[in-house]
Amino acid sequence: MNTPILQMRGITKTFPGVKALQDVTLQVNRGEVHAICGENGAGKSTLMKVLSGVYPHSSFDGDILFENEPCNFSSISDSEKRGIVIIHQELALSPYLSIAENIYLGNEQANRGWVNWRKTNLEAAKLLARVGLSENPVTPVQHISVGKQQLVEIAKALSKEVKLLILDEPTAALNDEDSSHLLDLILHLKGQGVTSIIISHKLNEIRKVADAVTIIRDGKTIETLRLGDGEITQERIIRGMVGRDLESLYPDREPQIGEEVLRIEDWSVRHPQDYSRVVVNNASLNVRKGEVVGLAGLMGAGRTELAMSVFGRSYGTATSGKVFKHGTEINTSTVSDAIRHGIAYATEDRKLYGLNLIEDIKRNVSMAALRKLVKGGWVDKNQETVVANDYRKSMNIKAPSVAAVTGKLSGGNQQKVVLSKWMYSDPDVLILDEPTRGIDVGAKFEIYTIIAKLAAEGKAVIVISSELPELLGICDRIYTLSAGHITGEVPIAEASQETLMHYMTKEKE
Amino acid sequence: MSALRESLGFLTSRLRQVGIFVALILIVLLFQILTDGILLEPQNVTNLVVQNSYILILAIGMVMVIIAGHIDLSVGSVAGFIGACAGVMIVHWGWEWWLAIPACLLIGALVGAWQGYWIAYVGIPAFIVTLAGMLIFRGLTLIVLKNQQITPFPGELRALGGGFLPDISGGTSVLEWLTVILGVGATLALVIQAVKERRIRKKFELENEPMAWFATKTAFIALLMLTITFLLASYRGTPIVLIVLAVLVIVYTALMNNSVFGRHTYALGGNLHAAELSGIKTKVVTFRLFVNMGVLAALAGLVFTARLNSAQPAGGTGFELDAIAAAFIGGAAVTGGIGTVAGAMIGGLIMGVLNNGMSILGLGTDYQQLIKGLVLLLAVGFDIFNKNRSGKGGGISIIERLKLKTPPAADVDAGKPAAEHPVPVAAGK
Repeated sequence: MNTPILQMRGITKTFPGVKALQDVTLQVNRGEVHAICGENGAGKSTLMKVLSGVYPHSSFDGDILFENEPCNFSSISDSEKRGIVIIHQELALSPYLSIAENIYLGNEQANRGWVNWRKTNLEAAKLLARVGLSENPVTPVQHISVGKQQLVEIAKALSKEVKLLILDEPTAALNDEDSSHLLDLILHLKGQGVTSIIISHKLNEIRKVADAVTIIRDGKTIETLRLGDGEITQERIIRGMVGRDLESLYPDREPQIGEEVLRIEDWSVRHPQDYSRVVVNNASLNVRKGEVVGLAGLMGAGRTELAMSVFGRSYGTATSGKVFKHGTEINTSTVSDAIRHGIAYATEDRKLYGLNLIEDIKRNVSMAALRKLVKGGWVDKNQETVVANDYRKSMNIKAPSVAAVTGKLSGGNQQKVVLSKWMYSDPDVLILDEPTRGIDVGAKFEIYTIIAKLAAEGKAVIVISSELPELLGICDRIYTLSAGHITGEVPIAEASQETLMHYMTKEKE
Repeated sequence: MSALRESLGFLTSRLRQVGIFVALILIVLLFQILTDGILLEPQNVTNLVVQNSYILILAIGMVMVIIAGHIDLSVGSVAGFIGACAGVMIVHWGWEWWLAIPACLLIGALVGAWQGYWIAYVGIPAFIVTLAGMLIFRGLTLIVLKNQQITPFPGELRALGGGFLPDISGGTSVLEWLTVILGVGATLALVIQAVKERRIRKKFELENEPMAWFATKTAFIALLMLTITFLLASYRGTPIVLIVLAVLVIVYTALMNNSVFGRHTYALGGNLHAAELSGIKTKVVTFRLFVNMGVLAALAGLVFTARLNSAQPAGGTGFELDAIAAAFIGGAAVTGGIGTVAGAMIGGLIMGVLNNGMSILGLGTDYQQLIKGLVLLLAVGFDIFNKNRSGKGGGISIIERLKLKTPPAADVDAGKPAAEHPVPVAAGK
């Protein structure tokens, strides 16, 4: 049993300016379920993309041996030919095609260019039976639940005669029942000789199915733990995941916390398409004047969904709950209402949702509060330039002038433009969603300084972040979210990465 | 020589805007030679203005719709429909022109509101809604006209299409002095405005066009306007519709640049999600854009009907294509967020000069359509080619390569990314 099927040695992958993987080693034995754990951004998905040929062989250093033969993949189809199939977190199914068509997409059961439908559907039915899915192969994929779609993905992998199945957060979008069914299937496939690599945040799942777990942190392999002997506790894994020194610098601040500014009560949101999924469940939280409150949670915990639904119902359906500002209930059902009540939300995806990339800095800065610049019915463009120039100086936005197009700025400078935009809207509460994502270290410190300054000016700040050290470095109080529930509220004095990770991985009672 | 170098560097960084301007001049010169000077004869220049006025009016509304990321295929049919309405009101019912014109514009607004409702509030793509509108309003035109043309119209309405400002010298002068006064006045106003704007930019530390280019450009535009003034003045003076058009261009340029509505239009075309999350009421903006388009289509329909002196069942057919082409030739982006009223006007004039010049040469509509089609394709193709090359790291563009031969100009920095930090791909989340 202990013969290795996959060995990855000395994998180093560099993106311009960032070392995503550094000398990573991974050994997976034949017939086992091998889990890979790590924080968001630790390098797990990058490693799997290296393995599956998404990043071609020439773009990284190191060796991959699969079944004792070296692999020089230059595309996904190369790795699939060898029996390595990856199922991404975002399912890659075409919603309007049938289950059978999806299974054989790109691998059609055809004679001389004509599809053999009988064979396609028959073979698909056999595969569906193997994954325990009782659906008609001709059903369009959009008519089955996400859980079942996940099974279709696995059936698709099986159709390619998979030897090594890689699942990237397979249960992140599933409910408990579907999750446990999927985990059973992984064990079932293991019995049929399929080796699996599973990337997951959910430690109880890992304990249930995995034989071994490799922990990756900051692009490096930390350790591989064998779970067989039952000595490995969740706490042991967590320690491996977060055991990093708090070397990064955070600005010093003396919090001066005043009265409560914003309170959210019993907030629930459902998924906009899949009504049965409750994405945020009865969440309540508050933030006070001059306070920086963190919102921690793993991928899919509902952090962004909570923030966006409060900010003008920008996410989800069937939203319920109450928002209070200074003790009186307010209506935030449209974005302009939310802005009028002094709430600002800086999105996690600034390119897609935050900036007009083809416009210049000054027009982006004024976008959320253009009416402040109106004089006699017209926008005062001179005043706009003055305002934008003030922010360019105070926020240290590096650009030749405020007429520079934002699409050409660096990530850090783009983020400063987004923050300027919201500061100009005079908010009392700022919700910053992943404010330092995709930003280099130097610019991160500047962003932290801005956050500290905002709090010192008496704003209430909510920071959503996947980086626990960041939250520990800048927050006064941290809420943890897990599967849509607020699972913990930790004052900074009692917070550590271990306690937070414990709450973040806590299942609801 | 550094002024020249600076100008060259600037020109290459703004190739698109400069390009269509130069293209218009080249096309004018080409046809001036090919037609042995007929193109720029006073009478023909007057014709050119009047003939294209309704397309230019449509192009104003169209470029706004395109900036917001939509399209309107129905404007030709709407213009025809409004012409029919005007015919019924004025000729059949005997309404006065001062009553009929506002009534027609109101109908145009209602038509726009109808389409805007489906697009903004129901969420049907503008392409579909206005394609349906193209059929609906053509059908209504035929119904209102009972498939027969309505004619003739009273002189007051005809003046809107073919009338001229009165001759204040009472016919004693070779030149129409009112036209000269208006033309010279407008030119002066334009130059003063340009200089003022330049001063303001300097004051606020925004990068300016290089002096050499600015002076050349302003002098050239002034010269062009004075030439046109002279040509118009030596025929019958200023067409009334030119005044209407000039007012529209000034008002809509201001609206798009300096009003909240105009700025929101750019914002929602540039990034719809970002606009929504910035509290912009994108549905309201979209709705208003289509109402505005309806009013302008109605105005174009009135001008067209007045010029022909008849409301015709096929009136306005194909106008939408000319208006759309004008907007795109004038630099509007297919994806929205980019475009100017002035650009659409130049685009419309390019199409107009092509039409007029080829007609004088006696080329049939077959070749006219062929050539117009190719011009549209080339203009937008050039745009996209240029964007792809200079865009995200796709090698050096032709322009960049040309630039390398001249020493780097101080001004070029403006267009360059400030030390492009690569965004690290969020690894393994």
